[in-house]
Amino acid sequence: MAAVTETLDTVQAATQSGYKWGFETAIEMDIAPKGLNEDTIRLISARKQEPAWLLEWRLKAFAAWRETTEPHWARVAHPPIDYQDIHYYAAPKPKPGPKSLDEVDPELLRTYEKLGIPLKERAILAGVEGAGTEQNVAIDAVFDSVSVATTFRETLAKAGVIFCPISEAVREHPELVRKYLGSVVPAGDNFFAALNSAVFTDGSFVFVPKGVRCPMELSTYFRINARNTGQFERTLIIAEEGAYVSYLEGCTAPQRDENQLHAAVVELVAFDDARIKYSTVQNWYPGNAEGKGGIYNFVTKRGACRGARSKISWTQVETGSAITWKYPSCILQGEGSVGEFYSVAVTNNHQQADTGTKMIHIGANTRSTIISKGISAGHSNNTYRGLVRMMPKAAGARNYTQCDSLLIGDQCGAHTVPYIESRNPTARVEHEATTSKIAEDQLFYCRSRGLSQEDAVNLIVNGFCKDVLKELPMEFAVEAQKLLAVSLEGSVG
Amino acid sequence: MLEIRGLRAGINGQEILRGIDLVVPEGEVHAIMGPNGSGKSTLSYILAGREGYEVSAGEILFDGRDVLVMTPEERAVAGLFLAFQYPVELPGVGNANFLRTALNALRRARGETELDAVQFLKRARAALKALMMPDDMLKRNVNVGFSGGEKKRNEVLQMAILRPRFAILDETDSGLDIDALKIVAEGVNALRGPDFSALVITHYQRLLDHIVPDRVHVLAAGRIVRSGGPELARALEESGYAGVGAEAA
Repeated sequence: MAAVTETLDTVQAATQSGYKWGFETAIEMDIAPKGLNEDTIRLISARKQEPAWLLEWRLKAFAAWRETTEPHWARVAHPPIDYQDIHYYAAPKPKPGPKSLDEVDPELLRTYEKLGIPLKERAILAGVEGAGTEQNVAIDAVFDSVSVATTFRETLAKAGVIFCPISEAVREHPELVRKYLGSVVPAGDNFFAALNSAVFTDGSFVFVPKGVRCPMELSTYFRINARNTGQFERTLIIAEEGAYVSYLEGCTAPQRDENQLHAAVVELVAFDDARIKYSTVQNWYPGNAEGKGGIYNFVTKRGACRGARSKISWTQVETGSAITWKYPSCILQGEGSVGEFYSVAVTNNHQQADTGTKMIHIGANTRSTIISKGISAGHSNNTYRGLVRMMPKAAGARNYTQCDSLLIGDQCGAHTVPYIESRNPTARVEHEATTSKIAEDQLFYCRSRGLSQEDAVNLIVNGFCKDVLKELPMEFAVEAQKLLAVSLEGSVG
Repeated sequence: MLEIRGLRAGINGQEILRGIDLVVPEGEVHAIMGPNGSGKSTLSYILAGREGYEVSAGEILFDGRDVLVMTPEERAVAGLFLAFQYPVELPGVGNANFLRTALNALRRARGETELDAVQFLKRARAALKALMMPDDMLKRNVNVGFSGGEKKRNEVLQMAILRPRFAILDETDSGLDIDALKIVAEGVNALRGPDFSALVITHYQRLLDHIVPDRVHVLAAGRIVRSGGPELARALEESGYAGVGAEAA
């Protein structure tokens, strides 16, 4: 059932407009009919040759999804989503599994090029075909819904690290997947998580065994490609005692008129002394300047610090999507465990972002840090929504929260909604919030030194975000800065 | 050279400059003195292109080019530089990054090659040394947490690195102790030469002991009421503005 064929014209039309990464790749697709019912789920499960337990799990999630309703507490507004008008499965036409990049559709490789994948990582893609030169970023490429190319598995395997598409992990490491899938975000956790659990098609699986420091940064590029294909990624990362892993996730999507739903679930599990660093640069298509089109990004990300002194850090740079609904959270169960959330959320034109975090302090002496930088321009609305909860046993727990909002222009909004609950008298919670406008005198000062208006805005915005950007791995930080610049183009003057 | 002819300007409908005529030939340093509210800062902002001011009459020419139609950054490219009376803080923006971005923006606009980090640092360190400033000045965020004196010295540092052809110093001496004042003056004097001119705006004669101007102008109530040589500044010091016919506005 090959469905989507796109012409050069489409590519040109898309790339001529504002969104730099708006193009579509002509790869033959295998696509499910629109609509969601048990048959759709059976189809997905069958296509992926899944074991019975997983189908069962999906069906339970589907039942839970039907019981719940779409949440409406966030400060976002959108027309009703018709969940029956979405294709829930699209996969590149099955071919024998690619053993090297030679076997990967050259169209896909060109897509990577167009995506502006950093030179370093493009070199890695090339490196698969050629000599095994020095590499320290591995990419598990998720092309639409099925992982097509996975690199550097061998180097990782030597270290004992498993990094593969989750569908493959279901086949190769069923005991691990079964043990941890849904253990942090239960299938019926919330409306969008339940939907994801029912229909997720692929995503990444990472397992870092006891005492292993993952020898490279792990990187996944997500990309929505086929028309009306909801993207339901599922990612599961497990770091055993004393393990360390840094995972990078970056997204772009082709330009579309119709709104596209994205409901991903990410689960992280950290045992004693383990550290997981999860970095995201999110650049889904935000819609055009009038607010038409754009991705609806409803994401559930949660990390469980199960072990003592374990640490989970979320760093995100959110510039894309028409709507962002996303609260990467940490459940700080292990004694002395640490949760961190560093976020830059940029909204321009008619974008809406309602994002923040939840830090649930369960164990004693747990610590969390929240640094949130919201930048609003155009007619956009940007909300920080964060929960810090100190449970009765969280003696000596500490939280520090800093939420800064920067307004560009006078048509946009910034909102800060902190929820603080403390049930332990020895726990300490600190919250600081500021809202500022890019001052005329700052712009004038920069321009009088020779900077253009846009360069001046970029400089000021990058300065504002510095505390977050410095948490990103180097190659991402550079991209993120460029992205901030692109996102705010034309926002002043 | 800079020529200001019949300049009338104000802000929020209130006229502040009531017909300024001033010529600063190439290679000369002129001082503008005057009481508070005489329009000194308005003049410096209009020269640098700050928005919000209304120019109702007159013109400003720099090398014969109409300055008033130029954006602030175009004026910087042309070689104008304003040392701010109240330098602005840029949180999170490192001084070195700021200055290198600015310098390379100017060089790019002038068709010159940009400086890489090493070349820039060499230039910046030389400027720091000449101004007797510590190297960590470059690492700090632009003007954030700087003392009043440090902010003023940072303005002079920027000037030394960007090397403008025409500098406007808006009360750069205020808030400086005598040692800092000498350093700032030396920074300006080091740039003096046939290709550099400056307009030094000040309340006090003491800066002009160290930056000896070619001409001194007295601004009062939006007009230049007296012009003369360096001796005019000393006369002002002795008899006050009233003594030279410049009552406070």
